[in-house]
Amino acid sequence: MNRLARHRLLWPVLILVLLLATNVAFTDGFLSVQMKDGHLYGSLIDIIRFGAPLILVAIGMTLVIATGGIDLSVGSMVAISGALACLRISELDDQNAVGGVLAAIGLALALSLVLGVWNGFLVAGIGIQPIIATLILMVAGRGLAQLVTDGQIITVNSVPYKLVGGGYWLTVPFCILIVLVVLALTAFLTRRLALGLLIESVGGNAEASRLAGIRSRGLIIVVYAFCGLCAGIAGLMISSNVSSADGNNAGLWIELDAILAVVIGGTSLAGGRFSLGGTVLGALIIQTLTTTIYSIGVPPETTLLFKALVVTLVCLLQSPTFREKVFHRRGRGAPPASTGADTKVRVTV
Amino acid sequence: MAEPDPILRMIGISKEFPGVKALTGVDFRLLPGEVHALMGENGAGKSTLIKVLTGVYDVDAGRIELAGAPIAFTGPLEAQRAGISTVYQELNLCANLSVAENIFIGREPRRFGRIRWGETRRRAAELLARLDLDLDVSAPLSSYSPAVQQMVAIARAVDISASVLILDEPTSSLDAGEVAQLFRVMRRLKEEGIAILFVSHFLDQVYEIADRMTILRNGRLVGEHLTAELSQVELVGKMIGNELADLERLDEKPKDLARTGDVIIEARELGRAGAVQPFTLSIHQGEVVGLAGLLGSGRTEIARLLFGADHAGAGEVVIDGTPVSLRTPRAATARGIAFCPENRRTEGLIADLTVRENIVLALAAARGWARPIPRRRQDELVEKYIGALRINPPNPEQLVRNLSGGNQQKVLLARWLIVEPRLLILDEPTRGIDVGAKAEIQRLVVSLSDGGMAVLFISAELEEVLRLSHRVGVLRDRHLVAQLPNDDDLTVDVLMETIASGARP
Repeated sequence: MNRLARHRLLWPVLILVLLLATNVAFTDGFLSVQMKDGHLYGSLIDIIRFGAPLILVAIGMTLVIATGGIDLSVGSMVAISGALACLRISELDDQNAVGGVLAAIGLALALSLVLGVWNGFLVAGIGIQPIIATLILMVAGRGLAQLVTDGQIITVNSVPYKLVGGGYWLTVPFCILIVLVVLALTAFLTRRLALGLLIESVGGNAEASRLAGIRSRGLIIVVYAFCGLCAGIAGLMISSNVSSADGNNAGLWIELDAILAVVIGGTSLAGGRFSLGGTVLGALIIQTLTTTIYSIGVPPETTLLFKALVVTLVCLLQSPTFREKVFHRRGRGAPPASTGADTKVRVTV
Repeated sequence: MAEPDPILRMIGISKEFPGVKALTGVDFRLLPGEVHALMGENGAGKSTLIKVLTGVYDVDAGRIELAGAPIAFTGPLEAQRAGISTVYQELNLCANLSVAENIFIGREPRRFGRIRWGETRRRAAELLARLDLDLDVSAPLSSYSPAVQQMVAIARAVDISASVLILDEPTSSLDAGEVAQLFRVMRRLKEEGIAILFVSHFLDQVYEIADRMTILRNGRLVGEHLTAELSQVELVGKMIGNELADLERLDEKPKDLARTGDVIIEARELGRAGAVQPFTLSIHQGEVVGLAGLLGSGRTEIARLLFGADHAGAGEVVIDGTPVSLRTPRAATARGIAFCPENRRTEGLIADLTVRENIVLALAAARGWARPIPRRRQDELVEKYIGALRINPPNPEQLVRNLSGGNQQKVLLARWLIVEPRLLILDEPTRGIDVGAKAEIQRLVVSLSDGGMAVLFISAELEEVLRLSHRVGVLRDRHLVAQLPNDDDLTVDVLMETIASGARP
């Protein structure tokens, strides 16, 4: 019991359960998952489906934050990737040609990767602070997306492309499958292979890692590239779901939700230890919160305020220092180990 | 002479952290007007006792009385208001503010909400005069030496509250003259009836200033003694149990000077502007080369150049007869060179990772991300070295930040030993760690060199350098001025003269 109470994912799980319970109280049949025309339907499925782009971006963000960095440009990369894919597809003679769609997707993802490498190069190669380095692409990227779409919203009508964000495969929404594959792949690379240890080491103490013989420069570039790739896939999903690319609004503020998801999941903004499971939970919490706001009928003009209040509460509950103060459980062996977590929440709130 | 009533009494204090019993039933008392030294090895529980006293930690059991009344502080601020002030090793002052501002920060004399600067300066000057310090109180604190800054911190602490003063390792970065100055201030405070709790690793200083000492070992009280009634040998015996004998045995081991294998690494006119003048140094297989010299004489810089941590501006490194480029630590590790830096916490360990992760880190880095070390192999390696180096607590999943200094050093050593380097560079491996761990590390160096590993051993302690090295390089003002074989003629005195004069007399 005690071990369970100390588990670092305890609070995110509790919060998610609480949010789901609220929905159950307000919405009839919230938990039911049905089969319609061979597809899975239900509110829970919707939460994961609509949350898929955020989960993807947040996974990439987790690794970036674990190295002690941050990537503000993911929203712009979402827009660019969607815009480029839609542009190429709209130029096809037959928008339903699988080969052409695949080529468009490949091109969009390759560009995302290049943009990620660019971020990594600015951070690790030149040594610009991550928040500034990625701010460049955050601002410039929107312009780049506008350039690609020529300032218009590009609409496509492609069945194969629709599959990415809005389609089903083996009864399950295709985008959920993509998330599962990316998540499994990331977990394998970081936890089964040595990538996770090296990332946590560089984020925990960059100089000590260098002196231990870790090539941190290459590692950081790879991590930013991976984050760019995740954002690129998310961009495809978003544009595919609405069959159009909007350079201005696609992925707007997703970087903030992603950072929030990472922090709620228990990864410190100071770098070091990271938790992929926590990040996924964090992203689900944010998406569930959005759903909850609609289902319990919060007036639209107060939505953002409501969200802010809940997020503040979540962050406070995540902070060991805050919990100690509120629940009067001082000093039970917490001292040295908890400092990382403290920093994290202080930075966020 | 009748003893006065203790101003502070701690009875049966126990404190446990996850996996570590830091204190078990410790009693401690402090009399007014005395300097009381708290002695013990690293990890004996000195810091924990101080933190319990000042309210940083709760106690699990036991009680604390101040002037006869039971107390339970919830934080250092409350302890300070009650009359217990602490000056830590790392100063928590603002170097960019003036001396007077530092003394009165947060409690400036005010009128109508406005700070009265004249009054602030006058009172600061008075306070410092009381401690026999003549400083310009409006000068920025950074214009004074660390020793003076330390005394400003003490002046501030004494002014805030004046019955108990805790000094945690105040002398670790001071030179002899500064220590004398600090001790003068401490004596002055003692005469005023302030009880001073003093923590230091330097036995000579403890014997010079302390009236009484309390000795801890493994979180338990070993005893309380008047300094005059306990010899240094007895004290060390109480601090470490019976491991002193081992240290002495190492002393008598004859140096086998004939043993010099092939040259492993040779630096030819290697140098870096502003760090160290070009030097030539070769190290043989199975040889321990010591580097002696004052702080800042270029010892660490030589180590960093040989490891590729800094770029060399001149010269070349030859390994096995071929010139190589050591532009990064990674290149050096690939050539079989390992380096334990002197700042364990900033340059060595990753505090948030576990003992296991820290130990396998260098090997994992060498293998790359795609070739992980199988978990079973990791566990075997880690278990082997935790046992061999006696890392305590022997829990591989403990966070390294929770270990004491000596054990952290051993973790760092283990990290490099598992990659089986040909040359191991140790920069101050025994600084700030207790006598027991020190002896273990020295023994380890001897056995490694017996096994054929070359060791470059850097230490500020000349005795230690002499005890371990086959050959000693002497540095002076960033210049490698001499390389002396460690024969019968080489003594600490000769080394000191060489450092002082720059050549063998």
